[in-house]
Amino acid sequence: MFPALLFYIFSLSIIASALMVIFSKQPINSVLFLIFSFINASGLFLLAGAEFLALIIVIVYVGAVAVLFLFVIMMLDFNPDNIKEETKKYLPIGLMVGGVLFFEIILMMYSPELFSKDFQIIGRIVETDLTNTEILGNLIYTEYFLQFQMAGFILLVAMIGAIVLTLRHRDYVRRQVISDQISRDSSTSIELIDINLKTRESKK
Amino acid sequence: MMIFFMSYILPLLIIFLQSALVLLAVLLMAYFGIYADRKIWAAVQLRRGPNVVGPFGLLQSAADLLKLLFKEIIIPEKANKMIFILGPIVTCFVALSSWAVIPFADGWVVADINVGILYIFAVSSLGVYGIIMGGWASNSKYPFMGAMRSAAQMVSYEVSIGFVIITVLLCVGSLNLSEIVNAQKNIWFIFPLFPMFIVFFVSALAETNRPPFDLPEAEAELVAGYQTEYSSSLFMLYFLGELAATFLMCAMITILFLGGWLPPFNIFPFILVPGIVWFFLKMAFIFYLFSMVKALVPRYRYDQLMRLGWKVFLPISLACVVLTSSFLLFFNIAP
Repeated sequence: MFPALLFYIFSLSIIASALMVIFSKQPINSVLFLIFSFINASGLFLLAGAEFLALIIVIVYVGAVAVLFLFVIMMLDFNPDNIKEETKKYLPIGLMVGGVLFFEIILMMYSPELFSKDFQIIGRIVETDLTNTEILGNLIYTEYFLQFQMAGFILLVAMIGAIVLTLRHRDYVRRQVISDQISRDSSTSIELIDINLKTRESKK
Repeated sequence: MMIFFMSYILPLLIIFLQSALVLLAVLLMAYFGIYADRKIWAAVQLRRGPNVVGPFGLLQSAADLLKLLFKEIIIPEKANKMIFILGPIVTCFVALSSWAVIPFADGWVVADINVGILYIFAVSSLGVYGIIMGGWASNSKYPFMGAMRSAAQMVSYEVSIGFVIITVLLCVGSLNLSEIVNAQKNIWFIFPLFPMFIVFFVSALAETNRPPFDLPEAEAELVAGYQTEYSSSLFMLYFLGELAATFLMCAMITILFLGGWLPPFNIFPFILVPGIVWFFLKMAFIFYLFSMVKALVPRYRYDQLMRLGWKVFLPISLACVVLTSSFLLFFNIAP
């Protein structure tokens, strides 16, 4: 009874906060509701016994990705007056993407009846004493090693691309060079200059 | 009815009591932590520190607490009220909820979960939200910029903390905190992984906004940070959250490097002392080091802070992950 109750609490919170993401007027509230739905999704994973995935969702999505969303939205200068026009402009695209995703989920749910065995999505039930983390590690680093590495490389390329796009060396920015500071001594930093005071005064 | 009570209500009550006990311990630690911090700081500067309220000034923290509680909560007029109030609550909640998985002694833990260390890492990565929300909702330039600074600081040092944790986990082979402690029965990890201990120690200082990385408290040069507009009990919640996070970091260092509740030598006089005493002694020692750093080291500038995080600690910790795993693999001693 207790897990079922928790399941309904988590899933209802996900649906409610997902709706609030769309319908709240302040974009900042939208992001906060999005974060809330991420946390509830990780709760669902916990209920399913996938504790590693649940915490990775919190670390990656909530702790890293959503922080960036929040940063960007906080720094945007947002005008709540023309929200209706903006919504109208993006409504068809949003509906299309949502429709495609919905169709795909329906397809996945009914895949055993629609497709032959080769195309089915196979869930494997592993019955061992190993923990979640160990099973995942065993699978990722043996059977799915190539896919895992490829995903890693794609992320690496994306990261390098982002750095290349934003990196500019500006000459006017003064930087601290620690080695230069430490290697200074009295012979290089103090300079004695002879000033001929008499000639200066005579020039005046 | 009886079965329902035995199977649902009673476990819930037990969990509730355990959590209340842990929270009480954390709050007591925070209470005496402030006092110890101020006394040590004062002793280094040849001052007396708090010595008026109560014997030896022991009630000073209580007086401060009362003062903060009974002040008026001022919310700026153009602030986003909901998020303004939510910010400190999130910070405090997150810092306190991490304590659920900390094993104080053998088996003394509220939630002995398999992925304990991931849980701590995940929950403490949520601490950024309290800071960003508070800074943004204040609707003022300086708190906003301060929030950006602190958020960037926390996110950067989280990376190297993660790598240090991975190095320790490589030597343990489990994400369970109790097993991490039990793996140190022969030798505490501070000895083979000493460079990692240093990296973790400094990153912990930066992660919890302790000096010398306490930019949010630099009111003279940076107009403080995200909590500039906060007052009274909301400010206290930020303060409490920060202290709880600091003690959490002390507990983490104790568990990861100093062998948790294990005695220093497994021989006669030492094994008589219960594990929880060792745990708190080690935590107190780490907190003493934190206070000494506060007293001795001048504050970092922001660009120096970022440089240290990204250009020094990240490469070192990354290299150590590779080195440790290669070492373990080469000598075939990986768990």
